This record gives sequence, structure tokens and C-alpha cells, in this order.
Amino acid sequence: MSNVAKNESVPTVNEKDWNAIANSKAFKDLIAIKKTFIVPAFAIFLLHYLALAVLIGYAPKLASTRVIGTVTIAYLFALSQFAVGWLIAALYLVAAAKFDALTVDILAHAAERQGGE
Amino acid sequence: MSISLAVFLVFVASTLGITYWAAKRSSGASAYFAAGRKIAAWQNGFAVAGDFMSAASFLGLIGLIALQGLDGILYSVGGFVAFVTILLLMAEPLRNLGKYTIGDVLAYRLNPRLVRALAAFSTLTIATFYMIAQMVGAGALVNLLLADSGITYNMAVVGVGALMMIYVVFGGMLATTWVQIIKAMLLSACGVILTVLVLKRFQFHLIDFFAAASQIAYHQKEQLVVRDFLQPGLHYHPPHGPVDLLSLSLMFVFGTAGLPHVLVKFYTVPDAKTARHSVVWAMFVIGGFYVLATVLGLAAAVIIGPDSILARGGTNMAGPRLAQAVGGDLFLAFVSAVAFATILAVVAGLMISASTSFAHDFWTNVIHHGRERTASESVLVARIAALAIGAASVLIATRLGPGSNVLILATFGMVVAASANFPVLALSIYWRRFNTAGAVAGLTVGLFSSLALILASPNFMGVDAASATGGRHLIQAQPWFPYENVGIVSVPLGFLAAVLATLLTKEPAAETKFDELMVRANTGLGAERTAAH
Repeated sequence: MSNVAKNESVPTVNEKDWNAIANSKAFKDLIAIKKTFIVPAFAIFLLHYLALAVLIGYAPKLASTRVIGTVTIAYLFALSQFAVGWLIAALYLVAAAKFDALTVDILAHAAERQGGE
Repeated sequence: MSISLAVFLVFVASTLGITYWAAKRSSGASAYFAAGRKIAAWQNGFAVAGDFMSAASFLGLIGLIALQGLDGILYSVGGFVAFVTILLLMAEPLRNLGKYTIGDVLAYRLNPRLVRALAAFSTLTIATFYMIAQMVGAGALVNLLLADSGITYNMAVVGVGALMMIYVVFGGMLATTWVQIIKAMLLSACGVILTVLVLKRFQFHLIDFFAAASQIAYHQKEQLVVRDFLQPGLHYHPPHGPVDLLSLSLMFVFGTAGLPHVLVKFYTVPDAKTARHSVVWAMFVIGGFYVLATVLGLAAAVIIGPDSILARGGTNMAGPRLAQAVGGDLFLAFVSAVAFATILAVVAGLMISASTSFAHDFWTNVIHHGRERTASESVLVARIAALAIGAASVLIATRLGPGSNVLILATFGMVVAASANFPVLALSIYWRRFNTAGAVAGLTVGLFSSLALILASPNFMGVDAASATGGRHLIQAQPWFPYENVGIVSVPLGFLAAVLATLLTKEPAAETKFDELMVRANTGLGAERTAAH
């Protein structure tokens, strides 16, 4: 359990500093830019995923339509979930590189504020 | 002793040997909790995949698709998509908050005692459901391999359960990250080889394979029927089917992001970037395997057939029996050994997260008010907790019998995670106003509503004909709740309780600490790193 104790006792930033960072423009920008990616990405993903259950449950005739040989729309739409998941993951990696760059700035700023720890 | 049993034992022994050797070589993996935070992204990705892909993924999923066709494939999709939720919403904040259990994350800005106790309780509940699934899987597997020896399923469950508890309680927990990595690789290899062998039967003409899957003949209520397994509706049909499907989807998309034994893997990496990359690695490993699983499940329906699957071994043995059909007894032994190693690895992972949560959240922080306990006492408490969960799981697994699909059993744990853990975790990370009352209400309502609904669902309630063979319902009465998947009610209830209780109470301290949590979660400031300066 020593790990836990050590972690909780790391004294780095006090409450005022947390508030200062949270209210700084750089941090607010970071949160805003994260939101512009994550919120739409998650919404699109969720809609696309729930559409599978809706298609199969409420439009079984359409879902059973054969597209290639005996392969149905339902099976292809199920496979498309994997493709969309991987695509979102790839896009997120690209977007997150930008988040990381902004985070580095914020951390550098915070260190300065503390007198260059 | 049959040749396949001998080969099986050799494979299991060598897997354990390799694991032991690998664990000894890496100093980081010897740390009890977070493996020294030195795990690389690809290693952690495989470990996450290893933790997540349990007996349910391999044994349960293939069997479910072999009987339900496209409806079963939805379980394959659900298991994968859950990781998008983890990637976008959970992995990085959890890593940056640098805590060890769900209770830790919640205790960050909330009044910890009751919250920790409830989080520990829900973690134990989830672990027990998963453990039951692993025990049923292991028992059915050993039963299949020892079919001629007179050893019954119940004897197999008790024997295997005892062996696993010995392995986990006396040392196996230490090697858990390496166990997961090796096992995920073996499982992936198994999936690929099995798929190649299956498709070879069709000269690699996918069109022919899917044509065969569109005409599966089997008996239903003693009548021969021919069904297209690429069309929906084999299992989920009106009137309850459509809602049940949405319910299933809700459970998957939020449940995995609340599974303690999966989330714990994000505390073991050096930084948020590694956490992020490890989810993406896990998505490739899990996604790859689950796409193959759709083929393997359909192949089991084509090559073995639903009638034969139900007649020998049950749904859980469709995968191993497919291996035997396309690769012979030796391949059966190999696949069974990998499945067994999978179960062992998952049991180890489950036990470490559940017993850690019990020792840390409940014993240290609730019973002893956060006064640090000695390491030996904590480990002893963790071991006792592990033994208790193991014994309870073995008992319930013998009661359920080999006919219960292990994936369905695992989904009970997942729906508890989606209804109790996920709402409070997400709200605690993303909602400034969230407070202790909200967490207590969310955990309590989510946990108990999902448990009660599972018991009242057709999974446990139902009237069986006196002549019915195979698994009987535990409660012989008309089900009170019409849907098999209870997430459609319990997930919104968990969220609603958390939000309402929050809005009805005021806790300025929790709101004040939100700034700190936001900064920590988004920048990693103050989190423990590998090489502390």
C-alpha cells in the first residue's frame, strides 16, 4: 500500500494555483478545443452504434436485404461499427497530439508560476 | 489419459512457465498494484485486451453466434465499441488522476467513506458475476476434455476453481500484466489459425462460406427449420426484441467503461499519452479478434450445427468443438489450453482488482478510517476476499450448470458496471455540481436496480415444462421483467438517481475541488510519473 500513500502525499500545487490554472486562458482554450473534438465524435459514434440496434429491431426486413451474395445489410452494418471505431480512434490520435502540445504550454506556465520548480 | 488431455496439460503448464519466467524478468511487473507505471503502450494494449477478453469472449461469443446468428454478432460489436467510450471519455482522465480503484477516483472530491464502501461493494458484485462466468467456462472445458472419464461438470468446476484460487492467491496475482499480454497474443493467434482452417474448407471463397451460413438447418421445438444466420431475428424478435436490443447496446457502450478490472489497467502506464495509445492498441487486438469471431461463430453453425452444439458440450463449447472439427484432436487440445489460460488470466485480473478494492477501499479506508495498514495485513485481507469470491463463484457455477452461456453471465456484471459505476465515474469527472449524495444515490440505485431486474428477468425467472431437458430457470414463475437485458431501465435509473440526489443537496467543498480535478485530469499535473524528478 506504500504506493498509495506516496501518491497522496505528493505536494505540488496548492488550491489557489489549481484555481489559477483552471481559470487561465490557455487551460480554457484546451478544454474548449477538446470539447470540439470529443463531443461531436462521441455523439456520431453513439448514434451510429445505436442505429444498428434500431435497424435490426425495428426494420428487420430492410436489415435482411442481401447485398453481396447472401451477405445482408445487417451484417455489413455490424462490420461498419468496427471500421467507424477504428476511424474515430485514428482521428482522435491526430487531434490529441494537438491537446498534448497545448498541455505542455500550460505545464510550463504552471512551473514558472511556482518559481521554476 | 487421452492424447488431447496430455497435450492440453503440457500447453497449460508451459503457458504458466513462460508467464512465470516473463514475470520474474520484468522487475516492474512484480509490484502488487500498478506494476511500477512502466508498462509500454503496446504492452498495456495487449494487457487490456487480455483482461477484457475472458471466457465470455472466446467460449461464450462463438457459441452465441452459432445459435443466434446475426443477433449474436451484436455481442461481438458491443464488446468492441465500448472501447470508443473508454478512449474518448475515460482512459486519460483516469490515468491523470493517478488513483488505484474506482473508490479512489470518487473519493477525490467527495466525502469518501460511504462512497468507497459502495464502490467496493459494486466492484465485488461485478467481479463475482465475471468469476461465475469463468468458472462455468472452465468447468465445461474440462468436462469436454475428460468426457469419457466419468468426471462430472460439478466435479470439474470445484477442482478447477480450487486450482485457480491456489494459483491466484499464492503468487499468481503478481504476474498479472504479463499473463494478460501472453494470453491475448495466444488468443489472437488461435483466432487467426482457426479462421484460416475454416475458410480453407471453402477454398477461401467467402461468398460460398456466407452462402452456407444463410441456410442452417436445425431443430426448434422438435421441428426441423432452415434459417438464414445472416438475418436478424433468430433470438430477438417482437414484441420485446427491439427494446431488448437497445437495452443490450446501452449496457455495452457504458458497461465496459465501468469495469474495474479493465479500468485498473490505465493506472499502470507512465502518462496520458500512453494510456491513449494503449486503448488504441487494445481496440486493434479486440476488434480484430471480434471480427474473426463473427466468422467463427457462423462457422460453428455451418460445420457443427446448432443441434450438435446443444447435444454435446453446450453453447460454451462451440469454439473448441469447431477447432476439433477443422484441426483435429491436437488442435482441440491447443485451443482448449489457450481458453484455459484465458480463464486463468482473467481470474487473476478480476481477483486483483476486486481484492485490491476490498482491501484498499473497504478495509483501510472505511473500517480503519484511512489509517494506513501494514502491507502484510492488506495482502492477507485481499487474499481472504479473493478466496471468498472464488468460493461463492464456484458454488453458483455448480448451481447454474454447464448450459448457461458464459457471455450472458458476464453481461450481468457488465450491466451492473453500466448502471452503478459508469454514471458516478463520468459525472464525477465531468460535472462540477456533482456531490457525495449524488454518488451514493447513483451507486446504490444503479447496483440494486440492476441486480433486482436481472433476477426478475427471463434469465432467472421462467416456467419450464416438466419434460424440459438442460438448464432450468432458477425461479419457476413468470418473469416480472420482460426484457433479458435490463440496461434500458437500470442505466437511466443510475444516472437519474445520481443527478437528482445531487440537485437536491449542496456540497460547496465538492464544487471547489472540481477546478483541481479538471486541471489534474486534463494536464496530468501532480500525477505520479515513472521517473519522478
